[in-house]
Amino acid sequence: MDVLWESDEPLTVRQVGAHLTDRDLAHTTVMTVLDRLAKKGFARRERDGRAWRYCAAADRETYVTELMLHALDQTGDRSAALASFARRVSDAEAQVLRRELESLGEIARS
Amino acid sequence: MFPPVLLLATVAVGTVPAAAALASARWPYRSPAAAILLWQALGLSWGLAAVGALAGLGAVRGRWGVAGGALPGAADALHDAALGSVAAVLSAFARLAFLLAGAALLALLCWVLLTASTTVLLARRRHRTLLSLLAHGDPKVPGALVVDSPAAAAYCVPGLRSQIVVSAGTLALLDAAELAAVLAHERAHLRERHDLVLLPFSALSQAFPRSRLVRQAYAEVALLVEMLADDRALRHRPARELATALLRVGASGAGHAPSGALAAVTAPEGETVARVSRLLAPAPRLPAPALALIWSAAAVLVLVPAAVLLLPL
Repeated sequence: MDVLWESDEPLTVRQVGAHLTDRDLAHTTVMTVLDRLAKKGFARRERDGRAWRYCAAADRETYVTELMLHALDQTGDRSAALASFARRVSDAEAQVLRRELESLGEIARS
Repeated sequence: MFPPVLLLATVAVGTVPAAAALASARWPYRSPAAAILLWQALGLSWGLAAVGALAGLGAVRGRWGVAGGALPGAADALHDAALGSVAAVLSAFARLAFLLAGAALLALLCWVLLTASTTVLLARRRHRTLLSLLAHGDPKVPGALVVDSPAAAAYCVPGLRSQIVVSAGTLALLDAAELAAVLAHERAHLRERHDLVLLPFSALSQAFPRSRLVRQAYAEVALLVEMLADDRALRHRPARELATALLRVGASGAGHAPSGALAAVTAPEGETVARVSRLLAPAPRLPAPALALIWSAAAVLVLVPAAVLLLPL
């Protein structure tokens, strides 16, 4: 997936494999992985002669944002799929928390 | 109307003010585990009693309590409706209506639990797939995944293949000791499957989105589960590290949001502050007799409606 994100144009299976030389993957392995990514909607593919060309369906930031929105329980569905350590607080509360943190720091220094 | 129905109706109605009282009580913060148990008992008791009371109004007295009398009750009512006088037909229809209402409530409760579980499982699967594409390990947080995002986030994806995830923003924000406290907190969530505790309450709040009490119950149990995980983390890490980690992550809210939507929804007022002050100035845990009383109350709450439903009276 990293290879697809870093490329500006759609890549063939062979080209993707060429980027992954350090991993020593078989051509069919790369093909299977790309096929699976396409089926799950993370990659788009288009016919180019006899080969498929693959590109990322959305850029990395889009997916990171999706992850974070979900993680911070901001999608609105409150589905309890994940458990966040500390959820976002209002500005007024953030003030309270910062003051508390500062007072803790003073205790530590004194 | 015979007494078992009266008892079930009393339980079904009585659990509502009891839940309201529990939602505004202060003692749950002192022993979150006991309070969670009581919430679960209240919820289960209400469900059993409400379904049982409705079905009981149409059931005949049988060998197996209300549950066993429901189907014969329906047959009886249909029989009366076909043959009886006007009064008998009206009473038969009323009994049928109560039986149907009970069955509908039971079906609704099962359905929302099922759909909520499915939604959660699908959401987690997508999340895990995205993590496998985006996240990487980091020596600063052994056993956890890191997502490159400036927003401060630390969370776990529960399930059979559970994962703890920390954002790069959190790594930058917290020192090593605070990170260890966060990881201990998240591990407690995963180990004790707190997500399964929350699931029925989340499902109920989706089934009754207008009910303030149900929303309150969900928010309260969610907070208690966090406090329970805080307590577990305290077995391995000092309270101060956890408290400063909470303060830093909580206070990071305003500036770091990567998109407008992130700043829009916030935790219920006072939640994070309540957790912090609980860590810094802990109240004594409830004494053993009080805990025993809570456990007994929870057992009675569930066993009484279950007995009326299943045992002959």
